Amino acid sequence: MTTAVDRDALRTTQRVGDRVFSTATIVAGSLILAVLAAVAIFLFVQSIPAFLAVPEDFDPGVSNFWAYVWPLAFGTLWSALLALIMAIPVAIGIALFISHYAPRKVSQGLGYIIDLLAAVPSVVFGLWGIGVLAPMLQPFYSTLVEWFGWFPLFAGPVSGTGRTIFTVAIVLAVMVLPIITAISREVFLQTPVLHEEAALALGATRWEMITMAVLPFGRAGIISAAMLGLGRALGETMAVAMVLSPSPQVIFQLLTSQNPTTIAANIALNFPEAHGVGVNILLATGLILFVITLAVNMLARYIINRRKAFSGAN
Amino acid sequence: MSTTTVGAPLTNSLTAGKLPKHTSLAVLAASWLVAGAVFLMLQLSGASEDFNIAGTLVFGTVLYGIAIYLLSYFVEGVRKAKDRLVTALVTAAFVVALLPLVSLVVTTVTNGLPAFLTPTFFTSSQRNVVGAGGGALHAVVGTLLITGLAGIISVPIGLLAAIYLTEYGRGRLARGITFFVDVMTGIPSIVAGLFAFALFSLLFDDPGIRFGFGGAIALCVLMIPVVVRSSEEMLKLVPNELREAAYALGVPKWLTIVKVVLPTSIAGIITGVMISISRVIGETAPLLIISGFTASMNYNLFSERMMTLPVFVYNQYANQGTDAQAYIDRAWAGALTLILIVMVLNGLARLIAKIFSPKLGR
Repeated sequence: MTTAVDRDALRTTQRVGDRVFSTATIVAGSLILAVLAAVAIFLFVQSIPAFLAVPEDFDPGVSNFWAYVWPLAFGTLWSALLALIMAIPVAIGIALFISHYAPRKVSQGLGYIIDLLAAVPSVVFGLWGIGVLAPMLQPFYSTLVEWFGWFPLFAGPVSGTGRTIFTVAIVLAVMVLPIITAISREVFLQTPVLHEEAALALGATRWEMITMAVLPFGRAGIISAAMLGLGRALGETMAVAMVLSPSPQVIFQLLTSQNPTTIAANIALNFPEAHGVGVNILLATGLILFVITLAVNMLARYIINRRKAFSGAN
Repeated sequence: MSTTTVGAPLTNSLTAGKLPKHTSLAVLAASWLVAGAVFLMLQLSGASEDFNIAGTLVFGTVLYGIAIYLLSYFVEGVRKAKDRLVTALVTAAFVVALLPLVSLVVTTVTNGLPAFLTPTFFTSSQRNVVGAGGGALHAVVGTLLITGLAGIISVPIGLLAAIYLTEYGRGRLARGITFFVDVMTGIPSIVAGLFAFALFSLLFDDPGIRFGFGGAIALCVLMIPVVVRSSEEMLKLVPNELREAAYALGVPKWLTIVKVVLPTSIAGIITGVMISISRVIGETAPLLIISGFTASMNYNLFSERMMTLPVFVYNQYANQGTDAQAYIDRAWAGALTLILIVMVLNGLARLIAKIFSPKLGR
């Protein structure tokens, strides 16, 4: 008898805390789904007037909403792609430098520096891009167009201010660097020490140890870091809005004064003065941006799930 | 062979076939010298006006990469050569990343300090100010209120969701949440602002709604997924052995989580929360849309426009008045303030992480 009572008491005490706690976690988790659904629903509801808008609501030469949003969507993807191409290799390099190359004593401080940089606000990057970077790069662009103008991407005429999509891509790359770096480094540092030591004990050089132990362990982390970087590059608003001299067209040339602007920058520049259907049109472009990021993230997620390899560390 | 080495000092078999210890430094210095010499000749021949320091360093470093690879390839073999090349590349990547950041900080400090040090910058708002003078007190207060509220809402939700995903989550709901948290990390900040605007303008039937609470909600949308992702990553890294040991001692699951799993990963979680706060405290776009801009003080999150520091910086730069330099100076001073706030936040988080992190083997 007594044992049965004891067992009962034991069970109930376990359950109260457990049930409260697990319910709280489930509610929190579900809330995230609810928020995401709310984002989609409210944006869509507010966008409906834009889809029905007549040509008079747009700038001259634009007949409907899709003609309005297409160049903006192109600019968004193009600038983010350029930025990621520049950022990812450098970011992995930095993360490896901090986690495996720098002396132990210094690496803590270097990590601190990168963490600080992750926090530099985008508007400061915007100020810096327009005040420092663009004027600095302009002579370089002139040379590039002069020598490599035959290459379609570098075709002229060169921008006189340096406020081109290439400058924007560099600013974006700098902005996503700290995020990709911080997460990759965190993951690299968690590589099981035994794996690393085993590789070194087999006579591997440091680079071989990294390819054998660190990178496979950190692969999922690197991809998720790159995803976060892409998210920031796609939606980055202020730096683009401040640095770029925009023109809503599809243009591949990187160095001219005609640059495709991005959805986000377009919203930021026009929203404070918008009214009537104009507000709904901007909200609808926001919905398109939301859909693009959704698609990109789903693709990235698919890649991660397909490639996920467990290192056996757990 | 052996007859020729008789009488010579014995070679150390451990260092044979290796480059001496400081070879890489010597090669680096030599490469920079060579590149410098080339640029010096260019200067002397009149091809360029002054000595190109940046070019010297860039081309010198590239030259170093090639030189060390070839040298090591012939002395130490291809594996060592590759290792040395990667070391050079990785170090270069770090230096390359530091350049824009050093430039950014130096520019912000030099441009921002004059207006930052004016006595009125932290004691007055921009109300009735034209040209020079005035301050950013209204923006500082707005930023603290909005970000603080966003943090208070986001951190518990994010952390609990992360715990659900790592400790409880099985089946469809967990997979769905993981998937959509990833999707949410990719939500652009401006979309979060538009969402808050769409939501509250429908709720209050006000097509031009602007208020601070909406900004906090927008920031929550941005902050929660970051907290979840980083906390989840850290919770996953807690060894299963620790959990199993706690269960074996008869500890209930929730106590295991609170007393074992969380303390083990608290340093990483704080780093994640820190990154998320520093991400949202500098967000301009959503606040530009839903909180708007004003020149006056506003302590009430629930009514009227509320200025925040990032919007202040943007607004000062974008809408320059008659005395343009005064506006640009204030923009840089605002930028400097933002960076300082972020640095203080990060420093505090570091301190907390250091105090609470368990002393592990490494």
